[in-house]
Amino acid sequence: MTAYILRRLLATIPVMGVVAVFVFFLLRFAPGDPAAIIAGEDATVQQIAAVRAKLGLDRPVLEQFAIWVWGMLQGDFGTSIFSNMPVTRLILQRLEPTLALTLSTLLVAILLAIPLGVLAAARSRRLSDRLVMLFAVMGFACPVFLVGYVLIYVFAMKLGWLPVQGYVPISQGIWAWAERLILPSLALGITYMALIARITRASMLEVLAQDYIRTANSKGLTTGRVLLLHALKNASVPIVTVIGIGIALLISGVVITETVFNIPGLGRLTVDAVLKRDYPIVQGLIIVFAGVKVLVNLLIDISYVFLDPRIRY
Amino acid sequence: MAVTLASDEVGAAPEPGALLRFARFARRNPTIVAGSLLLAILVVLAVAAPWITADPFRQTPANRLRPPSEKFWFGTDRYGRDVFARTLYGARVSLVVGLSVAAIASVIGLALGLMCGYFKRIDGIVMRVMDGVMAIPSILLAIALITLSRPGLGIVITAIVIPEVPRIVRVVRAVVLAIKAQPYIESAIAGGTRTARLLLRHILPNTMAPLIVQATYVCASAMLIEAGLSFLGAGVPPEIPSWGNIIAQSRDFFQIAPWAILIPGAFLALTVLAVNMLGDGLRDRLDPRLARRM
Repeated sequence: MTAYILRRLLATIPVMGVVAVFVFFLLRFAPGDPAAIIAGEDATVQQIAAVRAKLGLDRPVLEQFAIWVWGMLQGDFGTSIFSNMPVTRLILQRLEPTLALTLSTLLVAILLAIPLGVLAAARSRRLSDRLVMLFAVMGFACPVFLVGYVLIYVFAMKLGWLPVQGYVPISQGIWAWAERLILPSLALGITYMALIARITRASMLEVLAQDYIRTANSKGLTTGRVLLLHALKNASVPIVTVIGIGIALLISGVVITETVFNIPGLGRLTVDAVLKRDYPIVQGLIIVFAGVKVLVNLLIDISYVFLDPRIRY
Repeated sequence: MAVTLASDEVGAAPEPGALLRFARFARRNPTIVAGSLLLAILVVLAVAAPWITADPFRQTPANRLRPPSEKFWFGTDRYGRDVFARTLYGARVSLVVGLSVAAIASVIGLALGLMCGYFKRIDGIVMRVMDGVMAIPSILLAIALITLSRPGLGIVITAIVIPEVPRIVRVVRAVVLAIKAQPYIESAIAGGTRTARLLLRHILPNTMAPLIVQATYVCASAMLIEAGLSFLGAGVPPEIPSWGNIIAQSRDFFQIAPWAILIPGAFLALTVLAVNMLGDGLRDRLDPRLARRM
């Protein structure tokens, strides 16, 4: 098994390599003169030259690529064009809100979606199943920002139960921190929940049709015991897979959710960097986000070994 | 229920007319019909926008932030522009982006998928590149490209096509790999069929059903990404009334004028829903094996 984990670990290197090459050469092969575009409409020749030097566009391509990759391996993601701050520091400063938001979304989504999927499968083709499936179909169609604004409209503006926007660090009190995460987590999690609920239902339906479930039922086990111990455990591989695939939804959604709810995290950093065309920040964030995605997929692959003893590598 | 029963009875009549045949089709494929119908309505509204609405660009400061009324069905925005007019014009942007991305990504993805599935030598390299591209969250990849370019509809479409291509390649490649193992391909090769003909006449037709299904999902996803990009201020230029732009421009006024955000947002959700329904319906009809799995 150690060999399998090692092999999977090695397989992430080419993927991250492609990501790095892609992001790096995007800057080189972008249509027009990226330095001029980044410097802005009314930049002088000197300003454009300064941006070009900062981006390393005046150096030979391979040399610059080597410098950039070598720096990243040491945790140096370059320097912001506008603030002149190290990108690594900017990212670390904004890490906490994003981490809080994604982890709470992950928790909320899994805790709500899996029971919904199990319920739908257990009461297949009845009203509760139809409602869960309706939710799943709607969840795929609703953009994150629409869900966010509807939640704000209902729970913050009309009912006044929760704050409209903003973020408070956890150091300023657990409740103040948590109450500002509820609506963003639900907004960010809606598509994710739809995905997980749908797969849970499908996977459970497949397992519930098996002979051993009939055996378990006929020997008089309670429905809850059959569903959770016999069925859900055997249905877990596709569910875990989709939880991993869905991380991509969370990462893309974070950028939008943080804008809707005014949360000063990595998503806001991305948007601000895009509006200022601060490419080194964008570049660094893409590497970080892609790295997280690759890492999560790695963990999912490894988890199969524990979830399903039949899988042996 | 009564309606279903009625069409059931007439559907069984010896020689059903066109209308009855449609009723039978609709009963068997409710999602295809409902999705197409919704889409058709949206297309008509988008095309006919100049004849049914006011000027989406005209600013009337006296009518700023008006709630929906008889005169302004969907209210007005911060500049006193008619949200109904802007929403209908916004449908044009979404439909154009969705369809172009689906078409372009399908053509590129089909070509790459055919080659990857058939030629082992390029398969390894191309699929590694695809894995890399798929590792980058699509909205971020699009953002990176847009940061480096002058704003415009073309660059937005390009920026969405790139992350969507691998999704098509994977589907096409999987079909090609399965078909290649079939005896009839072997016999065609033995019979001296040229590779190009083999790919185009014997393999390509088999990829069409899954390709069309996947293309509808790409179309839906492209619409969502475009709206997201515009919402973040990184999409189509702000003077174009796309749904994302309308929402972005009303963001600071949400508490005073929620209609300017909720209504275009609902239109977007409805459009994506319609495309997804069409996709689900086509999937169930064209590929029953896949349908059972979902």
